[in-house]
Amino acid sequence: MNFLELIWLIPLIPLGGAAAMLFFGRRMDKPLISVIGPGTVGLSLVLSIGAVAQLAALGNKSHEVVLFEWLPLIGADWGFLLDPLSAVMILVVTFVGFLIHIYATGYMAHEPGPRHGGFYRFFGYMNLFVFFMLTLVLANNYPLLFVGWEGVGLCSYLLIGFYFHKKSASDAANKAFIVNRIGDAGFILGMFFLFQAVGSLRFAEVNEALASGRFAAETGAFGLLSLTAVLLFVGATGKSAQIPLFVWLPDAMEGPTPVSALIHAATMVTAGVYMCARSNALLALTPETSHIIAAVGAATAILAASIGLVQNDIKRVLAYSTVSQLGYMFVAVGVGAYWAAIFHLYTHAFFKALLFLGAGSVIHAMSGEQDMRRMGGLKDKIPVTFRTMFIASLAIAGIPPLAGFFSKDEILWQAWSSPLGSKALWTVGWVTAAMTAFYMWRLMFMTFYGEGRMDEHTRHHIHESPRSMTVPLTVLAAGSVAAGWIGMPKVFGESHFLQAFEHWLAPVFEAAARGMHGAGEAAHHDAAMEWVLMGLSVGAALGGILLARHIYLRLKEHERPSGGFLYPVLYNKWYVDDIYNAVFVEGLAKGGGSALARFDAAVVDGGVNGTAWMTRVISKISIWYDTWIVDGLVNLGAFTVRALSFPVRFLQTGFIHSYALMFLAGVLAIFGYYWWVR
Amino acid sequence: MLAPVTTAHYLVLSTILLFIGVVGILTRRNVIVLMMSIEIILNAVNVNLIAFARNLDQVEGQVFAIFVICVAVAEAAVGLGILIALFRNKETVHVDEIDLLKW
Amino acid sequence: MTEAVFFYCFAALAVAGAILTVTMRNAVHCAISLIASLGGVAGLYLMLHAEFLFAVQIVLYIGGIMVLFLFVIMLVNLEAAARERQFHRNWLGALLCAGGTAALAAWFWLRGAGTLRLPPAVQPTPREGGNVETLAMVLFREYLVPFELASLLLLVAIVGGVMMAKKRI
Repeated sequence: MNFLELIWLIPLIPLGGAAAMLFFGRRMDKPLISVIGPGTVGLSLVLSIGAVAQLAALGNKSHEVVLFEWLPLIGADWGFLLDPLSAVMILVVTFVGFLIHIYATGYMAHEPGPRHGGFYRFFGYMNLFVFFMLTLVLANNYPLLFVGWEGVGLCSYLLIGFYFHKKSASDAANKAFIVNRIGDAGFILGMFFLFQAVGSLRFAEVNEALASGRFAAETGAFGLLSLTAVLLFVGATGKSAQIPLFVWLPDAMEGPTPVSALIHAATMVTAGVYMCARSNALLALTPETSHIIAAVGAATAILAASIGLVQNDIKRVLAYSTVSQLGYMFVAVGVGAYWAAIFHLYTHAFFKALLFLGAGSVIHAMSGEQDMRRMGGLKDKIPVTFRTMFIASLAIAGIPPLAGFFSKDEILWQAWSSPLGSKALWTVGWVTAAMTAFYMWRLMFMTFYGEGRMDEHTRHHIHESPRSMTVPLTVLAAGSVAAGWIGMPKVFGESHFLQAFEHWLAPVFEAAARGMHGAGEAAHHDAAMEWVLMGLSVGAALGGILLARHIYLRLKEHERPSGGFLYPVLYNKWYVDDIYNAVFVEGLAKGGGSALARFDAAVVDGGVNGTAWMTRVISKISIWYDTWIVDGLVNLGAFTVRALSFPVRFLQTGFIHSYALMFLAGVLAIFGYYWWVR
Repeated sequence: MLAPVTTAHYLVLSTILLFIGVVGILTRRNVIVLMMSIEIILNAVNVNLIAFARNLDQVEGQVFAIFVICVAVAEAAVGLGILIALFRNKETVHVDEIDLLKW
Repeated sequence: MTEAVFFYCFAALAVAGAILTVTMRNAVHCAISLIASLGGVAGLYLMLHAEFLFAVQIVLYIGGIMVLFLFVIMLVNLEAAARERQFHRNWLGALLCAGGTAALAAWFWLRGAGTLRLPPAVQPTPREGGNVETLAMVLFREYLVPFELASLLLLVAIVGGVMMAKKRI
């Protein structure tokens, strides 16, 4: 079976599943939906594994399948490209997606079944999401990628607002979609500029044109290409929740937990990183934009981590953690270490999905409670969940030899050593790593350790989750441990296996590597420095964990430091939401709206009323004219006729005698005339 | 003795009859008598025509007189019909009481 | 001579009858007077050698029209009418107008009497068949169309007369 020719099926099978469930789900029962939902994703997984295996055997690792020409004028086909980058993405999406779908059959089991639109609607939307995500990563041109981009935004809206009868949920869905849209405007403008510069929007043609030397690198300057790159990055900030468009991600936690795991941890939010990695040829020519990207990524990372330090909702902490880790990925993109960004994307998918699913398991056990202040002492009661989350928390904190250590460390090393990086970037990343370890272990200690702080009724109902939920947790935990071992730094030893990830992705990023004058690895490879930095980052992680342990395990609640003046700022998310609300919502939207309303009432309505007044005045003049002049003329005519006829009408007496007499009088007059003349 | 009767005599007679008829029309109130006055006038005309027919030795004058009689007959018939209709509505035969068509 | 006597007799009858017609109070008396007048005119026709018209005058005019007049007089109850004023209020003015016109006509006659040259009455050329036949020849040959039109006129008059006299249309 030639899997490579069938890559177009990979997105289509989940689409079929979505259509089946959204159209016919009412008539299906839960077991059937539980098979179809994950089943379609599983089939796509099998096809993906087959296709990637066959791709690995090819010499030139790139295979395109074009279904049909869509918009030939701008170079958009409905075509799919399988190269090392998209291979990594489809494996991540289908594997993690498959596990999460299985988990969801257990988590959403209490949803109303057929005829109440809960269960089948959920899986329909989830499958639809997988279809759009796969279209996004397999697209061979920017417009089709944008189709997937928009589609995942739509599914995100549908799934965040899944419990649409809750106002907070539907508001969060609106917020996500609208903020996304702002980013999309940038993306579209970027596409326009790119098309204008290159003449096509297919990746192959764009990369070829950019690498051909036709365009000069805009080092130190900010030219048209830099502008294009910045606009594309604006789109990425919207989708991947970077400053200034990150505000939707924490509110997106209103959706069910599997949604948060799949969309807002592992896949959709990584679309921005993927898109930047795809555009590496463009970014290689625009160092100024790369600096901007790295700066934004770093700022986002530390900002989000600082907010996550003080949140009390377990899912909110994880949401801010996601934003922070995405910041790391953009730092990697910004310093030109594209493979490192994708590597971190891949490891992050494992442990972040695991953390969310584990949180879901905790919430499930706690009968819906999400506030960590009311949790505690769960580690013996829900052991599987505890152990898997333990592993994931170590991974995200960056403790070797788990996955997160290798990817995060690679990013920090690149930030220090790349020509586009700087020591300042490394410092921000290092502080953020410490904060990451702290807030993750604060979560762990508050949730699982210590005395239980929940009420009796909830305590009585604590139970481990069913197998459908715990098995995916276990699989993801294994991934969190082992996934990093194919991306080890060279200082650990060089071998084809240990650096497999980097070599696998090398063909995709070689244009960028060339454009950076062969920097990154070759120029400044100081092994000693790397060990030092590695040690510092591990130390920061351990420090964070120990500090969290001290504060949240050893100290009693009233002894804990209060945070001083910084606490309210962090708790209120640096007031970003409030600023946006005041400026954009109240100021521009409502203020602008009321200003326009006043304008409309005063000027426009005034104009209309003025016209009406003018019309009345003119009509008054017209009335006068009509009454006096026109009617006057008519009356004058009538008066003249009456005056002239006045004497004459007395002739008509009605008497025959008078008429006869008049005849005779006439004859007499004629005779008289002749008598007179003669 | 008496002068021989010439055509002129007939013409004078015709004129006298004419004027008698005219006076009758102008003076009498009774509609029927009015119509009789009209007959007198028509007869006067006939006399004139036939006098000239005799004078000029033509027969056309008599032909014309036939037609005049024809018309007189028609006019009398219709006129009397109108008179009866009028009498039914107004109950009067006096022509000066019929003055509705005035100004 | 005899001719003049007959002429003056018939003329007197005609004129007297006419004058009585316009002056009598009773409508029936007026009708009878008119009959007399028409009879006088008929005699004049005979004297003018219009035999056919003499017959027609008596049969049609007197026997038809005057009988019709008498019928209508009977239909219209004139007892009350006979007691009322017969003459127009303005009879003197009318008389004066008519008199003035007559006077002018007389003046014209007298002024132009010398220029009025009437050819002397000649003896009628004896024609074949007499007056009736001559009249018929002319009437049905040259004057056929007027003849037909006259018949059409009579038709219209009949229909009109019937319509006018009906009680309900």
